[in-house]
Amino acid sequence: MSEEPETRAMNMIQAINSALDIAMGRDSEIVVLGEDVGFFGGVFKATEGLQAKHGKNRVFDTPISECGIIGVAVGMATYGLRPVPEIQFADYIYPALDQLVSEAARLRYRSAGEYTAPITVRTPFGGGIFGGQTHSQSPEGIFTHVAGLKTVIPSNPYDAKGLLISAIEDNDPVIFFEPKRIYNGPFDGHYDRPVTPWAKHPQAQVPEGYYRIPLGKAAVVRAGEAATLLCYGTMVHVALGVAEETGVDVEVIDLRTLVPLDIETIEASVRKTGRCIVLHEATRTGGFGAELAALVQERCFYSLEAPVERVTGWDTPYPHSLEWAYFPGPVRLTQALKRVMEG
Amino acid sequence: MADPRAPSNLPPLALHVPEPQFRPGDAVDFASFDRGEAGAVARPDTAEKADALRTLPYALIRVLDDEGKAQGPWNPRLDADRLRAMLRHMALTRAFDERMYRAQRQGKTSFYMKCTGEEATSVGAAHALDHDDMCFPSYRQQGLLIARDWPIGDMMCQIYSNSGDRLKGRQMPIMYSARDAGFFSISGNLATQYPQAVGFAMASAAKGDSRIAASWVGEGSTAEGDFHSACTFASVYRAPVILNVINNQWAISSFSGFAGAEATTFAARAIGYGIAGLRVDGNDILAVYAATLWAAERARGNHGPTLIEHFTYRAEGHSTSDDPSKYRSAEERGKWPLGDPVARLKQHLIALGEWDDARHEAMDKELAEYVRDEGRKAEALGTLHDGLSQPFTTMFEDIFEEQPWHLKEQSEQMQAERKAAGI
Repeated sequence: MSEEPETRAMNMIQAINSALDIAMGRDSEIVVLGEDVGFFGGVFKATEGLQAKHGKNRVFDTPISECGIIGVAVGMATYGLRPVPEIQFADYIYPALDQLVSEAARLRYRSAGEYTAPITVRTPFGGGIFGGQTHSQSPEGIFTHVAGLKTVIPSNPYDAKGLLISAIEDNDPVIFFEPKRIYNGPFDGHYDRPVTPWAKHPQAQVPEGYYRIPLGKAAVVRAGEAATLLCYGTMVHVALGVAEETGVDVEVIDLRTLVPLDIETIEASVRKTGRCIVLHEATRTGGFGAELAALVQERCFYSLEAPVERVTGWDTPYPHSLEWAYFPGPVRLTQALKRVMEG
Repeated sequence: MADPRAPSNLPPLALHVPEPQFRPGDAVDFASFDRGEAGAVARPDTAEKADALRTLPYALIRVLDDEGKAQGPWNPRLDADRLRAMLRHMALTRAFDERMYRAQRQGKTSFYMKCTGEEATSVGAAHALDHDDMCFPSYRQQGLLIARDWPIGDMMCQIYSNSGDRLKGRQMPIMYSARDAGFFSISGNLATQYPQAVGFAMASAAKGDSRIAASWVGEGSTAEGDFHSACTFASVYRAPVILNVINNQWAISSFSGFAGAEATTFAARAIGYGIAGLRVDGNDILAVYAATLWAAERARGNHGPTLIEHFTYRAEGHSTSDDPSKYRSAEERGKWPLGDPVARLKQHLIALGEWDDARHEAMDKELAEYVRDEGRKAEALGTLHDGLSQPFTTMFEDIFEEQPWHLKEQSEQMQAERKAAGI
């Protein structure tokens, strides 16, 4: 007898919390560690209730030391655990870079498979919450550049849960960026309008139980013929909003995983539309959008009707009071779309 | 109001840039070094609280005296068979180093690092640990593998990146990985293994296991942030881990003063973290063994981590890539006040009536032949410049568990380009 899985409306925090809880219930080797993640349940409450349910040996607070958090996670993985460390803000991840880049990412390679680092680093990223320079950054391009790391970015509660479970169960290190501006509701970039909660969004109906969304598979979240918009995280909602406002029949692709990238879905779309815009909140130069633009021109050059456009954050730190001038919102995307359609 | 342009009458500040005692050509005299008496340091109970142990990091635990007699409460009272096994492991480590250093000089590999003079710090620790305790070494702990009877032929194949190299020619020489020997993959980035060892120990404790972890860094890399992270986590969670600092006085050309040795001891770092700290004569294998065993007992009893400073001397260059005569006095090695670890254990065994010069000479000869024979076998599988021993495509393997499309494409592209170029 099969039954429809029970679903309920969840925001992204609840979906992430559910993913952690479900995964931990299935595998006793999974441990959660990070600053404030234990008794308090994390500054964004993503780990709320996990310590009470799964115990202090599996969910615990750490010293304020990102190097230490990732370093001990590598050691725990060597023992045979499956650690899920939280870095409180992606902006704080830099002290852990050596442990991520030189250790977790390289361990399988340098030991020819003797040692591995099945670690999922969860970290909130992106701006739009008046977090200034140190609570707004999008450093995904630093990690996509590193051989041996996977990079995953969900854009809605349903994906967040399914992708996080897949990431935790993956036997390679995964950096799981959580777009914190959309923890509580989708955001189309119109910062001056009332906040929309997730509750009514179709992607907020999340199964209570176990399911996976495979890493490396993009989602076509809006099918269209006119132009391809490549995006992830918060920018998916900006793209969908602009599609609705402009009436241009764009195809919006939510990449979901940057490494490994779903190149087939990208190629098929750009071959069909002949136009492409790459979106991200991160700074432009050397960003992941540069990689996407390069791949599109390498593979779809003879299908392109116009130059590939990038709509990204400016090459500046994320400025506190000027964050809406930094954020690549609907105004900028609309103008880029106009250029691409005229090109 | 004071005129900001007026000259200051405050004394000028002075920057202290450390300078070692001796530079090339200098006569060396270590008379000012206080090594203390063998047997003089008390041995506290392994369950003692850390705040009662605060004098130990400033003392020097020594067991073997100048006559080769074992003295005092730290004497581990090992039987002669164990002592001979430790002597043999140290001698084999030295013979292995000699052979591989020569192999590098002969152009058979790119790089080598000896641990001459420091053999006791690894071999003594390996004998005191249980075989399934996990080691997170730095790059100069080949003695751990040898003391755990890991095949030296396997180590040689790694050094030659030949067809017998389990690491598929990906790692620089001596960056071993030997899971079956409880020996973690060596990183070239310094001190990263320290928090990893703490994490392993935390996992073992969280699981109610009985295994402990141990790690090694040089005194120079105690300056890394990883050292601080590791000590903090070890203290916070009372991790069952032994954190060894091999103070061999030199970090390439920088003397220990550049890691803070002018101001305090490395063992004394433990005091600030509230963990046990021991400082031992690293050229006295009985002291190394006893200190390691003390720390292991302490860890197994859930009394927390121990930081052990092994005071020793790097008798050779940092690696085959530097010439120590360019930055330190050549006299230092001969005048080192704590002697040589192999000679001291040999002297002890002879004093016990359990060894003699003839047996020692025979052992050295046998080990040299063994290393030579293993070397020949390894070289039959190729040396670094004999041509590549691994298929090119292996370069693209083990990045991830499964090879994603972009690596598959790059692998195919490399092969196609080589073919098109006629190579």
